[in-house]
Amino acid sequence: MSSADVTGDRHIPEPDPAKGDLAPERDGPRDTGMDDASLHRWLERTWRTPSGIVGALSSVDHKVIARRYLITAFVFLGLGGLNAVAMRIQLSGPQRGLIGPDLYNQLFTMHGVTMMFLFAVPIVQATGIYLVPLMVGTRNIAFPRLNAFGYWIYVSGGAFAWVSFALNMAPDVGWFAYVPLSGPEFAPGKRADVWAQMITYTEVSSLAVAVATIVTVFKQRAPGMSLDKIPLYVWAMLVTSFVVVFAMPAVMITSTFLILDRLVGTHIFNPAEGGDALLFQHLFWFFGHPEVYIIFLPATGMVSAIIPVFARRLTFGHLGLVLSLIAVGFLSFGLWVHHMFATGLPKLGASFFTASSMLIAIPNGVQIFCWLATLWDGRPVIRTPLLFVFGFFFIFVIGGLTGVMLASVPLDLQVHDTYFVVAHFHYVLIGGSVFPLLGAAYFWFPKITGRMMSERLGRCHFWLAFIGFNAAFFPMHLVGLWGMPRRVYTYPAELGWGNINLFISAGALLFFLSFVLFTFNLVHGALKGTLAGNNPWDAGTLEWATSSPPPSYNFARIPLVTHIEPLWAEREALPVATGLRVDARELLISTVAEAYPDIREKSATPSIWPLFAALAVGGTFLYSIFTPWAIVWGAAPIAITLIGWFWPKGDPEDQE
Amino acid sequence: MTFALCVLLLQGCAGWQSALDPKGPAAGELAWLIWFFTALCAVVWVLVMIALVAPLVMRSRPGDEPLLLDEAAERRKMRVVAFAVGLTAIILIGLTLLSFFANRTLAAIGSEAALTIRVTGHQWWWEVRYEDATPSRILTTANEIHIPAGEPVRLLLTSTDVIHSFWIPSLAGKLDLIPGHMNVLDIKADKPGVYRGQCAEFCGAQHANMGTFIIAEPRPKFDAWLNDQLQPAGAPASGEAKAGADLFLKRPCVMCHRIGGTPAGGTVAPDLTHIASRKTLAAGTLTMSRGNLAAWIADPQGIKPGSHMPVADLNGDELNAIVAYLEGLK
Amino acid sequence: MKHRIAADLSGLPTFGHGPRSPTWWGTLGFMALEGTGFALAAGAYLYLATLWPNWRLSAPQPNHWPGTIVTLLLILSLVPNHILNRYAKQCAIGPVRIGMVVMSLLGLAPLVVRWFEFPALNIYWDTNAYGSMLWVLLGLHTMHLITDVGDTLVLTVLMFTRHGHSGRRFGDVGDNVFYWDFVVLTWIPIYLLIYWMPRLG
Repeated sequence: MSSADVTGDRHIPEPDPAKGDLAPERDGPRDTGMDDASLHRWLERTWRTPSGIVGALSSVDHKVIARRYLITAFVFLGLGGLNAVAMRIQLSGPQRGLIGPDLYNQLFTMHGVTMMFLFAVPIVQATGIYLVPLMVGTRNIAFPRLNAFGYWIYVSGGAFAWVSFALNMAPDVGWFAYVPLSGPEFAPGKRADVWAQMITYTEVSSLAVAVATIVTVFKQRAPGMSLDKIPLYVWAMLVTSFVVVFAMPAVMITSTFLILDRLVGTHIFNPAEGGDALLFQHLFWFFGHPEVYIIFLPATGMVSAIIPVFARRLTFGHLGLVLSLIAVGFLSFGLWVHHMFATGLPKLGASFFTASSMLIAIPNGVQIFCWLATLWDGRPVIRTPLLFVFGFFFIFVIGGLTGVMLASVPLDLQVHDTYFVVAHFHYVLIGGSVFPLLGAAYFWFPKITGRMMSERLGRCHFWLAFIGFNAAFFPMHLVGLWGMPRRVYTYPAELGWGNINLFISAGALLFFLSFVLFTFNLVHGALKGTLAGNNPWDAGTLEWATSSPPPSYNFARIPLVTHIEPLWAEREALPVATGLRVDARELLISTVAEAYPDIREKSATPSIWPLFAALAVGGTFLYSIFTPWAIVWGAAPIAITLIGWFWPKGDPEDQE
Repeated sequence: MTFALCVLLLQGCAGWQSALDPKGPAAGELAWLIWFFTALCAVVWVLVMIALVAPLVMRSRPGDEPLLLDEAAERRKMRVVAFAVGLTAIILIGLTLLSFFANRTLAAIGSEAALTIRVTGHQWWWEVRYEDATPSRILTTANEIHIPAGEPVRLLLTSTDVIHSFWIPSLAGKLDLIPGHMNVLDIKADKPGVYRGQCAEFCGAQHANMGTFIIAEPRPKFDAWLNDQLQPAGAPASGEAKAGADLFLKRPCVMCHRIGGTPAGGTVAPDLTHIASRKTLAAGTLTMSRGNLAAWIADPQGIKPGSHMPVADLNGDELNAIVAYLEGLK
Repeated sequence: MKHRIAADLSGLPTFGHGPRSPTWWGTLGFMALEGTGFALAAGAYLYLATLWPNWRLSAPQPNHWPGTIVTLLLILSLVPNHILNRYAKQCAIGPVRIGMVVMSLLGLAPLVVRWFEFPALNIYWDTNAYGSMLWVLLGLHTMHLITDVGDTLVLTVLMFTRHGHSGRRFGDVGDNVFYWDFVVLTWIPIYLLIYWMPRLG
């Protein structure tokens, strides 16, 4: 394939003839003909994160931000896990008095809120922040300051929730905080306000990342990466980001309505004054069901990235997988009512949602079958990442099948809100998302740190996690069918649930220990692991074309993509483009469908203002729990920090 | 692990609160549905696992050049995948139809219900009202629902505070009690017996201790029970009980509880007219006994932390007197 | 990994208008998510309106005149908005400066009238759910109006500084035009919902 095909030479626009009242373009040194050493020196000077504490806080490098996101999300995973361990100790026998209802209700609420909003969504998005720009062959994520802002919002929102917990002020109304229980009448105090404001606030970060990801994939792909050459992981992140854009506003609307009901006395959810309690559930689940796919779809992308590398062949059914991702993204918005079958909706409507819930199993089935078909060829190389993918199949398929059971209205009425459902969604979320994430951690760890994690420890970790998980969650199906509802802080001895709960608690402890081992392996690998080199797995996508860890500018020269697995197709030398400035943060904007190179645009420089803006927004939200006037007082600092953020500083990046 | 699970399975299967131990037509239909879905899903799962493990065992060709694909093999695979997707679709359509017809069967159960009972959820107890065209034959009680065995009964479900969910696993699936909404649940118990259930929608501090019982009895016994319950409370039998009755009316008890035939007319807490005839106290939290009655009145916040029953300031004698009175309210 | 130079991109321009620019797509993304928010709020209103047979819950009718004036002002503002867009594409600094001043004034004018819309609803937010939903819908749009007017004002100032001469700034003006269209378009259904739907019932 010639480079003309890749860059669409005919499509490169002529430089615009000088028109309008533009300052003359101030050119700088280009990379054309520059030797590798000076190119590296120039690019490093231009793209590096400034030194010092202010420099670190100003960083807009997607890899730096993503690393922070990943570590923070991992800390929240640990905290949410400790919540779970505490709950399992309390439930290990009937009528245990270790934890009272007041604390227990905060524990399970914090567990859900932490795992969904502070761990699962941020960690899949963070992985995307790190990998998507590398995989599409660009130098930074689109809107890097927005991305940094998103991180500050996220970390402060999470801290807000956990400080509230430390102050015994954590929400105790469940992660979906149904009204009227969370409304002004039945949840006095500030706990439900913490839920509402923390949700609205942290979802800002999720939305920011989603928009940045979409634009990165649409406009910053390396020349030649037309739609059919986009890696499946990038497709998954793209579809996920779209789901975020259309789903997250629903939860923000829900929590905003709730806080209005609570703080200024509106009656949106109050049936006594023309509101309705079920409206809350409709709005919440319009977000809540897609939320599951926001967590799951990126994991399918990870599976799609890992399988071909270890099966040593191209993914089978690439197009089918892409179409399935898109279909799942769309269908995920048509299922929300299956969380509400027990509310007594009209029978016909409920049947429609049974059908739509069954329907989504088809594209998910297509994905499973395509992966299996990929693995069928040859002899898969069994390394830790692939082991976790096997674990994913084992567990997630069970979760998917119990999901089919829940889709049936009559059957759901028996198991809804019982431990059967608890088992189901842990099989889906841990099997469908955490196991692929763990596989992805082993897979991309060498890229992020430059070192390998221990394979031997990795295998131990896998088996510990696999056995612990199944021991903890499989029996929950049974105890749910025996009548145990979820969210009970204790249960009477005469119902005979004692032994099985003890067994579950032991499994949960084992599962928790597997994460301790994982943490050890992470730290050990980062400090003492063997050096990885650029491409330790001989994988085919672009992130493996650069050094491990990648330099601040990602790629010394922008690659030209000729194949879906570029590194497999171009074994001798990677075709690259020249002509970009090295003294300014220039990156390449390409066309949406064909990825023809279109513009040399400047990427934003480091700035402290996103941090200040996040502090201003955060302070406003925090204050708003106490008075609605916070919105008025907060407007000025928010406006000032945003002006500081966008006002040009006279860098070369601002000139064009 | 499998063995342990089998033991657990056998041990837990026969419970009085188990969806797998049906005692009525609705739960029976559902248990059948659960087993059918489970069996089918298990088969599907095993097939997928075989497809996953097979290439590991077969070890056909070591991977060399990842871009070299055998066209014929790819086409074969495409056919297999297409077949699997088709099969998935057929199974899903079958299951959708199955659950649709099961739903219709369930809907038919209560069509000729003679008895209508209104169940109102409260934090954390159940108000039970037997509807009747004659006002004097309307009965209000709490937490325990007596029904005639073998007859369909219609339950009207609503709530005055937060959302609760009414669930007797061995008789029927659950249905929510939502303020501002009225749901209808038809149940039928095939045989006399006591069937336990509990609130299935998180409703606050004492969600865990919001049990309820359906007590199915032969028709004559049920009618006798209903007539007894419609009577006002019996007069205190002993001197101590008499003192208890007086205390009850003087203390805050009277603000919330009703005792038929006395001035006590509170409606925000369970009706106590025949409290001693019930099997449990505080919505299934304690079994009914003199000791438990005393314990509950003396320390409600210790037994059911967060419940709306306040601590009444009573000395030992006063407590004994009230307990003696309540114990006589059969 | 070894490199093989296969293309020279030095001739590419350094900025682009409309869908060529990533900022345009970012703006579109935010419109999509904010539009979803509007749609859901409107959906919530309609849900409650169909749930209660006596919707409006015996509240008096809103006075539509302030809302109608805002609507007319917003629709009128679309004309200079698009003239401004044309000049921004031509990178003509003089007309763009004038256009930005005009658009700032045309942003502030409906905001002033908006102040009188709230009392014209003839109900408070805490009277009943109908009142709550009217205030929420109006409040949600007002938030967007305020943010966009603020943005327009800052950009207007910026265009009068030395930074105004860059291609990227003209792109920003184009995106500002784009977003103002969104603010105007989202208002129309909300206007109908607030002032004319109660008249049907």
